[in-house]
Amino acid sequence: MKDKKVEIKFDHNLEEQKRPKVEVELEKGKKEVFSLEQLKSGGYIRQRQKDLFTVRLRCPGGRVPFEKLKKIAEAAPKYSKRDYVHISVRQSIEIPYVHYQDFAKLAEELGESSQKIASCGPRVRVPTACSGCEYNPNGLVDVQKLAQEIDQKYFGIQCNHKFKISLSSCPIDCFRTNEMDLGFQGAVEPIWDEETCTGCRICGYACKEGAITNDPKTGKPTIDRSKCLYCADCIRACPTNSWKERKKGLVVRVGGRHGRHPVNGSVIATFLPEEKMGQIIEKVIEWYNTRGKGKGRVRIGDILMQKWPDFVDFIHPVLGEYAVENPKKPEFIKIHTFQTEWQPEPIIQE
Amino acid sequence: MEEKKPNDTLDLRGVVCPTNFVKTKLKLEEMNSGEILEIVIDEGEPIANVPRSIKEEGHKIIKVEKLNSHFRLLIEKI
Repeated sequence: MKDKKVEIKFDHNLEEQKRPKVEVELEKGKKEVFSLEQLKSGGYIRQRQKDLFTVRLRCPGGRVPFEKLKKIAEAAPKYSKRDYVHISVRQSIEIPYVHYQDFAKLAEELGESSQKIASCGPRVRVPTACSGCEYNPNGLVDVQKLAQEIDQKYFGIQCNHKFKISLSSCPIDCFRTNEMDLGFQGAVEPIWDEETCTGCRICGYACKEGAITNDPKTGKPTIDRSKCLYCADCIRACPTNSWKERKKGLVVRVGGRHGRHPVNGSVIATFLPEEKMGQIIEKVIEWYNTRGKGKGRVRIGDILMQKWPDFVDFIHPVLGEYAVENPKKPEFIKIHTFQTEWQPEPIIQE
Repeated sequence: MEEKKPNDTLDLRGVVCPTNFVKTKLKLEEMNSGEILEIVIDEGEPIANVPRSIKEEGHKIIKVEKLNSHFRLLIEKI
């Protein structure tokens, strides 16, 4: 084997240094000079293959109307050198193998159905969300509506690093709000009406958390709030509507992430009314951008772990009565347990 | 209050989810609005799930009775 000549493959990553900038038409008629790395900010992700990119589409909450989907299916084969799209983990449809000279044409065609291109890089990303409460029986909050709102108001805002927002409609939390820079999860607090209750015991069986116990004689329930997940199973199961909704709102988590070294985000608020969501997003980003100044490419979770008391003081008055008292700071979750000697890199003040 | 006399009955003891609910639903579809269906289901998973599904279909559970390890439900078709 030693004598065999090894075939050397050309590394386009090295070649790029020879041609660090290219003239690209992102919108028809507007030619600009970009470094290949810079194109990421527009949702054009460089591939291993020379001059080819993956085009990430903006699909907030993973909801893609048929009209847009048709247009994507029509346009993608014209500009992709392959025969598929990739659905990303954050619900974006991605068109791979697109030559940079085709960006404007592809964007224009997709634009006919108002399908937009997404974004990468250090900014607020397209929000992800579950199907919500419109047709999903477990859903508690209309997170699809909220995802569209976030996309329209906050998508693309510059930050130190990527900033991911996700929404789950119920405490099953399929959209892993604890793994996001900022996450919102629906919750409902139940209240029991003794008068209409017939003591049928169904609630005790329906509660998966063991929070409800029924009196052995009368069947009347008692709830242990410290075990309640606020999923509303009791409300849905009760034949006499004796379990009702006392309050509905959002559990707010901050500072989480996945990736090489995942961080478990912290719950900072419970039962936050939907109308307050926008204000919280703005304030969290404000804190991130002021505290992150000069620190370079660093996620909010890292700054939070360093400056947690400062964040709590800052956000507490904004959250008001919905704030969690003495919230715990975000913490690393160890998933690569074989890597015993890893230490987080210290944040450098530039 | 006197218990309404059921128009039909289904013994769903030993029938697992979601078959127990599907059988209930199909039976209710055959019945007229205002009629009463009596079902007997097991405790555990069936009693945790079936009433919720019946409610979500829009029907009314008018009586729930615990019999040892089973439940007897009276459902009014809406």
